[in-house]
Amino acid sequence: MTIFWICVIIGVVVFGIMGYSMIRHRKSRGAIPATFHENTRIEILWTIIPLVILFVMAVPATATLKDMYDASESALDIKVTGHQWRWQYEYLGENVAFTSSLATPREQINNTSEKGEHYLLEVDNPLVLPINRKVRFLTTSADVIHSWWVPDFGVKKDAIPGFINEAWTRIDTPGTYRGQCAELCGKDHGFMPVVVQALPEAEFDEWLVARKAEAEASLSDAGRDWGLEELMEKGEKTYATICAACHQPNGQGMPPAFPSLVGSAIVTGDMQAHIDIVINGKAGTPMAAFADVLSPVELAAVITYERNAWGNDTGELVQPAVIKEQLSQ
Amino acid sequence: MASDKSHKAVLQASEGGTSGGEYSSASQHAGHGAAPRGMMRWLLTTNHKDIGTLYLIFSLTMLFIGGIMALVIRTELFQPGLQMVQPEFFNQMTTMHGLIMVFGAIMPAFTGLANWMIPLQIGAPDMALPRLNNFSFWLLPVAFLLLLSTLLMEGGGPNFGWTFYAPLSTTYAPPSTSFFIFSLHIAGISSILGAINIIATILNLRAPGMRMMDMPLFVWTWLITAFLLIAVMPVLAGAITMMLFDINFGTSYFNAAGGGDPVLFQHLFWFFGHPEVYIMILPAFGIVSAIVPTFSRKRLFGYASMVYATGSIAIMSFLVWAHHMFAVGLPLVAELFFMYTTMLIAVPTGVKVFNWIATMFRGSISFEPPMLFAIAFIVQFTIGGFSGLMLAIAPADFQYHDTYFVVAHFHYVLVPGALFAILAGVYYWLPKWTGFYPHEGLSKWHFWLSVVGVNLTFFPMHFSGLAGMPRRIPDYALQFADFNMLSSLGAFLFGFSQLLFLVVIIKCARGGVRAPACAWEGAVDLEWSVPSPAPLHTFEVPPQTRDGQIVRP
Repeated sequence: MTIFWICVIIGVVVFGIMGYSMIRHRKSRGAIPATFHENTRIEILWTIIPLVILFVMAVPATATLKDMYDASESALDIKVTGHQWRWQYEYLGENVAFTSSLATPREQINNTSEKGEHYLLEVDNPLVLPINRKVRFLTTSADVIHSWWVPDFGVKKDAIPGFINEAWTRIDTPGTYRGQCAELCGKDHGFMPVVVQALPEAEFDEWLVARKAEAEASLSDAGRDWGLEELMEKGEKTYATICAACHQPNGQGMPPAFPSLVGSAIVTGDMQAHIDIVINGKAGTPMAAFADVLSPVELAAVITYERNAWGNDTGELVQPAVIKEQLSQ
Repeated sequence: MASDKSHKAVLQASEGGTSGGEYSSASQHAGHGAAPRGMMRWLLTTNHKDIGTLYLIFSLTMLFIGGIMALVIRTELFQPGLQMVQPEFFNQMTTMHGLIMVFGAIMPAFTGLANWMIPLQIGAPDMALPRLNNFSFWLLPVAFLLLLSTLLMEGGGPNFGWTFYAPLSTTYAPPSTSFFIFSLHIAGISSILGAINIIATILNLRAPGMRMMDMPLFVWTWLITAFLLIAVMPVLAGAITMMLFDINFGTSYFNAAGGGDPVLFQHLFWFFGHPEVYIMILPAFGIVSAIVPTFSRKRLFGYASMVYATGSIAIMSFLVWAHHMFAVGLPLVAELFFMYTTMLIAVPTGVKVFNWIATMFRGSISFEPPMLFAIAFIVQFTIGGFSGLMLAIAPADFQYHDTYFVVAHFHYVLVPGALFAILAGVYYWLPKWTGFYPHEGLSKWHFWLSVVGVNLTFFPMHFSGLAGMPRRIPDYALQFADFNMLSSLGAFLFGFSQLLFLVVIIKCARGGVRAPACAWEGAVDLEWSVPSPAPLHTFEVPPQTRDGQIVRP
């Protein structure tokens, strides 16, 4: 903001002179025009002075930028992957990963219910970080370009497919920090917020241990035999947060970009084709690969849900164990 | 064809016959008896004034179409929540608004002014390549009808922002994208042909005795702009052709999964895009450099330094493109290089502002509508320049990038900047085009409503940006509500006051206070030596000039 005040001072001086001549040198006051139209000395002067001001601005800017680019010796590395339209966080080396999607209900967006305090800036699973530790963010994307931005951290880095970018922060005070995707990434660009919960160091360590245990438990959960009803129940939730943005809550989609799933050949036909497209995506279309985004249980649940919802009623289900096996191949 | 033949006949006849202070006479119009009338006159015209008029009418139409889209955007953003349009359509509106305003409104408006005024300002009978001139204009309606028609296609029109970053604009784009690419190709060809014509005219058709350093600044700035156009439009054409191949022919220029590079697209786009920004502002500098001296009744201060400043801005515009990409993860040295070069551009730009103010200083100033718009241009463009300087500081840009602060910045440069300069130019030259002064009371209403409206629209955007509102979002968090409501109110005020502009133009074309050949007391350039309204053919006998003034007709 120093730059801002320098600009204000320059503005006041320059427009002051302009205002002075607009008032003093009006024709209606009988002003007689002077005839000067050149003055080498003053022209050199008003080239040199701005140069000096710019130099004074550039020195601290260079130092700050160097510091921002030094992401070395971090205590914690978070891989941030942008998806249309959610964030995925991986705690590198800790075996903890989850996705973070908008939690604001559709009714609030469509003005059928009162908007909450954190309207559009709330998520289901916030990124949890410790205070007082240098955290490095590695941003990338699975589809189009996104940009991960938390204003309070001074961190905005594009998440680009095929690239890994670096940024870092060190949080001083515990609390909740909110931001948004900053790069146009398609229809729900305005609906993929970033929420970071900063915890004191000890609390963070506890949280991480608990989260690791949870991850292991869900992995073994995938091994057991699941019933149609519990898969449908879980699948409905997963569908709502992950698939509904494109294929719509009623499965009708938005053709031609996002095809309808109701009675679709893939969803009601061969099971293996359905599993393939959900796991691997479809090249050349917005359909993403969900192998790394969802757990085997969630994948099985969402496939089962799609095959039985909206009158698709195939009565077929797929076991998480089957998906798990296919993923490991 | 017919019109061209008769045109030549007239030229030959007049070379033999005419002399004296008149550069044209009613008798010469008789030679046009065989010329097409009605629709065909405009379709086949090779006259620079007719084509200039066509460009200006086209640009005004596009201004209103793009303006309606802006109002759709502002209506949706009036309050938090989705009220009027869905996000898919909102994205089409932001994209089309940008494309239409940049390629359909601002650029053709400057080309129209160039067509009308450059031959008059250098004492030439017409543009150097009149048939090419006709062709470059008529490409434009084709290009923009094609672009607008994508809105009606399956999947909708372009929805990836006017910067159309890959892969959102390739792999993830709607099926209409190939049509969008085609229309941009056509508009690009039109710009290149127009630029070639302007360069050929300025270099070859100056009146005897007029040296380069005698040319009015509008001619100078357009000459430099035309070189910029020729240099960068092919880069854009290349980039969109690569997109076309990625979409239709299975290449992977911008597709990381196929070994391509999405950031390459941004380098190509901004290597075009940054000079493009100056293409939209340099002719504005030229217009203001004509108006400020006229209404200060004093010669332009520092003419030579104005020319050099314009030239250095143009050259430096090729060295700053990556300041649009500070957040893509450039290496540190690149980041520093582009930060320094961007800051340096402030120097020649500052020189221009200082020169205008020094021109006004100790002049004898009066405040007719063109002068009002020109003064507003200087102040508001400088505000846009200041926010540009703030954006140039890379560490700070991480915070401002892709927020409403950027939206505020480039709208200040383009609307109260470039557009106001165009409005100033139209008010300044309307007496020359129609023979009548624009209605003074209505013009002043138009000015004041526009100034209030434009600042009410764009000034609060600085604050919503600094508060953390990203650009191109159809809905926003509650803390941005107040600023957005102000912006929307301002947008409607500004939008509807442009209808007043339409009224002023129509009234002025039909009648009013008659203007003499030299319509403004302090005006000195050559266009003021021909009658108002300027007859279809002027300077058929080149006038002898010295120091930019006619010494012997």
